Amino acid sequence: MAGESLKKFLEKMMGIDRRVIFLLIFVALSIPMFIAIKMKIPVSPEVESLVDTMRNLPDGAKVMISLDYDPSSEPELQPMAETFFTYALQRNFKVIVIGLWPQGAIQAERAKTVAETKAGRQFEYGVDYINLGYQSGNELVIQRMGSSIPAMFPRDYFGQPIGQYPIMQGVRNFSNIDYVFNLSAGYPGTLEWVLFAADPFHVVVGAGNTAVQAPQMYPYLGKQLKGLAGGMKGGAEFEILTNLEGRAVKYMVGQTFAHTVIVLFIIVANVAYFATRGGKKGGAL
Amino acid sequence: MSTFGIWIGAILTLGILSFLYKDNPFYKLCEAIFLGISAGYWFVSLFWQNLVPKLFDNLGVTKLVGFQADDGALQNLFGRGQYDERIWYLVAGVLGVMMLMRLVPKAGWISRWPLAFVVGTTAGVYLTRYLASNALDQINSTLKDFVAIGQPGFLSGMNFNYLLVLIGVLAGLTYFYFSKEHKGITGGAARIGIYFIMVTFGASFGYTVMSRMSLLIGRLDFLYREWLHLIR
Repeated sequence: MAGESLKKFLEKMMGIDRRVIFLLIFVALSIPMFIAIKMKIPVSPEVESLVDTMRNLPDGAKVMISLDYDPSSEPELQPMAETFFTYALQRNFKVIVIGLWPQGAIQAERAKTVAETKAGRQFEYGVDYINLGYQSGNELVIQRMGSSIPAMFPRDYFGQPIGQYPIMQGVRNFSNIDYVFNLSAGYPGTLEWVLFAADPFHVVVGAGNTAVQAPQMYPYLGKQLKGLAGGMKGGAEFEILTNLEGRAVKYMVGQTFAHTVIVLFIIVANVAYFATRGGKKGGAL
Repeated sequence: MSTFGIWIGAILTLGILSFLYKDNPFYKLCEAIFLGISAGYWFVSLFWQNLVPKLFDNLGVTKLVGFQADDGALQNLFGRGQYDERIWYLVAGVLGVMMLMRLVPKAGWISRWPLAFVVGTTAGVYLTRYLASNALDQINSTLKDFVAIGQPGFLSGMNFNYLLVLIGVLAGLTYFYFSKEHKGITGGAARIGIYFIMVTFGASFGYTVMSRMSLLIGRLDFLYREWLHLIR
């Protein structure tokens, strides 16, 4: 009897309306937004390596951040940008911003504002921070910067010649940059930074990627890529290691709830499939 | 963002999400708005961020029409008789016009020349870089990091990881090696290769699910925080 009702339930699950699943995902993502739940987020070696590389930079180091994404990837990459800028403020890094995607420069300005509020102090434009804006040309922009950064970016985002800013004094090419942090959502992005900067010019490159892109970057970790934060989970780990917990850590609770729902449905669907197909053809396993 | 912008953003978000219930005119409208705005945005963006600064400013066309004070290559060459290397942008401009010849059916063949130029230069740029970074450096990384027999750390987990990577690489390559029938040792290695590839696909799928959830979290955060002010 119990077996019959279980079979009926499983058959029902096989034909479940997909909108029920959407609704459950919606609930699973929404609830944690209204309730403060603390959860332990283990840190992966890839993010540890990313943060270690930044920790090993001297205070006041000259770093470049390339924001190669647009607002559609904001939930994953913007928290990483905010954390990077806040950390840069704490360590007095001199930050040079570029974008290989047209909206990158705008994303940088937004992240900078959040970071300044969080850190309680501001970047002095032209001294601690400069936004060189977007430059078209994809990987060729990176390649050209290997020989001359001012040739590729003669003016900043606001149209001013970059030579007048103290932060750009002595910056000729990648040999004058201590570290490059790339936030990437596709092409051009981390792959191009590895191929055209890290390998030929021995630039130290760390990256934050959208989760879709991250698995493709794993083969480069180690010698070619000094650390990788993949997706929102990578962003949360980045925040934890820098003691700058923010949006990514908060969002991870929702991620976990949603993933639990998905895993449960995958298990139930598989059990239902194998249990119910027995009577139809071929027999159960 | 202004209140008006937030409301527009919220309505469009709900419109797109309404597709999850079923296809409907509201979704179609939002989709059409998105496509139209994207096309317009990219056209304007490419014009002002590529054509104007790269071509017109460098050649001096914007100076000719009074939009810019700085001289370009044309002014230097014909006004002062000085060679200006930016004159080479003229070649890029001509290639660009040739590309547009695709729009003229009878002269469509002309567009093959700039296309050949693009394909040739891209292949040239990538050939060396891919060979160095994706082949040689990857082979190097796969083989180099093993701790030698008898050295401290030989039996460590790290060595096991490197061994696993090496087996995965060799088995994966065997799976894509079609010059020998997948039987015997080759067949066994290919089967192991399939398992590694399946694990890779599984990891990619897992990451993709996380990515999609992240996007939805971003939208929900916008709706609850900026639109409805339900959370701070």
